[in-house]
Amino acid sequence: MSVNYGSKRVVVGAHYGLRDWLSQRITGALMALFTIILLAQVLFTRGPIGYDVWAGIFASQWMKVLTFVTIASLLYHVWVGMRDVWMDYVQPVGIRLVCQVFTIVWLVACAGWAIQVLWRI
Amino acid sequence: MTELATPPRPQRREFRNINAFTDLTTYRLPPAGLVSILHRVSGVLMFLLLPFVIWMFDTSVSSEYSYARFKAAFNSGLGFVPGWFLKLVALALIWAYLHHFIAGLRHLWMDVSHAAVSKEFGHSSAIATLALSILLTLVLGAKLFGLY
Repeated sequence: MSVNYGSKRVVVGAHYGLRDWLSQRITGALMALFTIILLAQVLFTRGPIGYDVWAGIFASQWMKVLTFVTIASLLYHVWVGMRDVWMDYVQPVGIRLVCQVFTIVWLVACAGWAIQVLWRI
Repeated sequence: MTELATPPRPQRREFRNINAFTDLTTYRLPPAGLVSILHRVSGVLMFLLLPFVIWMFDTSVSSEYSYARFKAAFNSGLGFVPGWFLKLVALALIWAYLHHFIAGLRHLWMDVSHAAVSKEFGHSSAIATLALSILLTLVLGAKLFGLY
């Protein structure tokens, strides 16, 4: 990556923001993969889906790991997305900072809750 | 002093910034633009409803009792919130997820295929995105509200 500190710091130019763009693609693809795998497990279940079947899907270790990766992906994906929204529509720096701090707190709290639930199963 | 060769032009209207209510509404938005702004709207909607999503995850997987509470919430309501309203919120989430998912796949496809980056494909894939997300929302919404 380009130099991001000191007097040679790159402020504008090509590839600036590439990292965020690329990570939003990768995290999006991971979440899409999770969606398809979860959907397949629900659709290929025979008979009615009750608590046992539904919780059973998340009980296996590989599904826990995949769900954890999805939660982590969601955290970063939404951060980049919401930051873009604030940058586009909220011009005053102070209010924008408040919005960004709110986004971080909201996302970290939600991710923490989701991970706690995941390992309770 | 030299005379100006041409007479001064009449004062033109100056546009410094667009107004969301008087200017934006006069813009013609093509389907690709509609998909783009709805991608944003659906993303923000899901961001705001994230605690509700995790609440559903929590109550549906934690125990048999919480699972029963999860089902009852959508049938007979939760606190002062009636069940049909929770179903409406879930329906909004279903639409937001479907739209964001399909529009996201469209993005990914355009990133890896040069052939897909054309005016024609942008137009047709945008219409497909809108149609598919609304159609699937209607199908799942009918199931959610017990129509079949």
